Amino acid sequence: MRLILGYFLLYFGAIFLFLGAFGLIRLPDLYTRMQASTKSTTLGAFASVLGVGVIHPDWFVKCLVVALFILLTAPVGSSALMRAAYKTGVPMTDSTTIDEGKEFFGEEQEGEAK
Amino acid sequence: MEKAGKLNKYIFTVVVLYVSWILLTATTRADELIVGLIVSLLVAIGSFDYLSEHGLSHLTPKRVLYLIIYAPYYLWQVILANFDVAYRVLAPSMPIKPGIVKVKTNLKTDSGKLALANSITMTPGTLTMDVKDDTLLVHWIYVKDETVEGATKEIGTPFEKYLKEIFG
Repeated sequence: MRLILGYFLLYFGAIFLFLGAFGLIRLPDLYTRMQASTKSTTLGAFASVLGVGVIHPDWFVKCLVVALFILLTAPVGSSALMRAAYKTGVPMTDSTTIDEGKEFFGEEQEGEAK
Repeated sequence: MEKAGKLNKYIFTVVVLYVSWILLTATTRADELIVGLIVSLLVAIGSFDYLSEHGLSHLTPKRVLYLIIYAPYYLWQVILANFDVAYRVLAPSMPIKPGIVKVKTNLKTDSGKLALANSITMTPGTLTMDVKDDTLLVHWIYVKDETVEGATKEIGTPFEKYLKEIFG
């Protein structure tokens, strides 16, 4: 029973990791790709590590802590990457509807000048 | 909320570090516990000013209770977000309408804003790019509402009612 749950978590994680990679190929621009890769790799890694913890109960607590750290830190990293990409002017896809970023960062530069 | 005193912050940092140590080593051997305590005390000397904003006042029962309620909610959102991504990636028509919108927040503390930004990143279809004062810049993979008010209601509000209790 424990093994079934463990392997289920492992495969669950693997499927989402695969979907994240698939998203990288299909989606049109860097920003939407980051969306796909951030979300799926976070859950993918989280579920895989937790699955290992369930299969080997000795490691469960360690795996739980590692999984929690992944869950807490992955969004910060992707935010920083996304911000850097936007500031260096990586183009957005044509179907983009609205872009308030120019205004947002414009204000910031004015604020720094003062 | 006022800033906490130095000793208060120091003890809070030691507690957090020591708990992390115990969880990572996952042991009750006396030598491990003693070494962990010494290392926690030493590391906290250099780092308590950066790691803690309000010291022990974070550890009130109400906050801990809300954190325990919030954790499964957050995890559920992560799972929902993944099914959302899976749907958008696999659907042949690829239903995306990306855009960058602004979201306002009522949270005052830096840790609260960080938690909100993280939560937004893990919600279906949204990713926080930057935070400045009370405005968050959010990339949205399917823009439903372009106005600041609409986007705030759609993206930020569901989390704020929990985070307000946890971080104030």
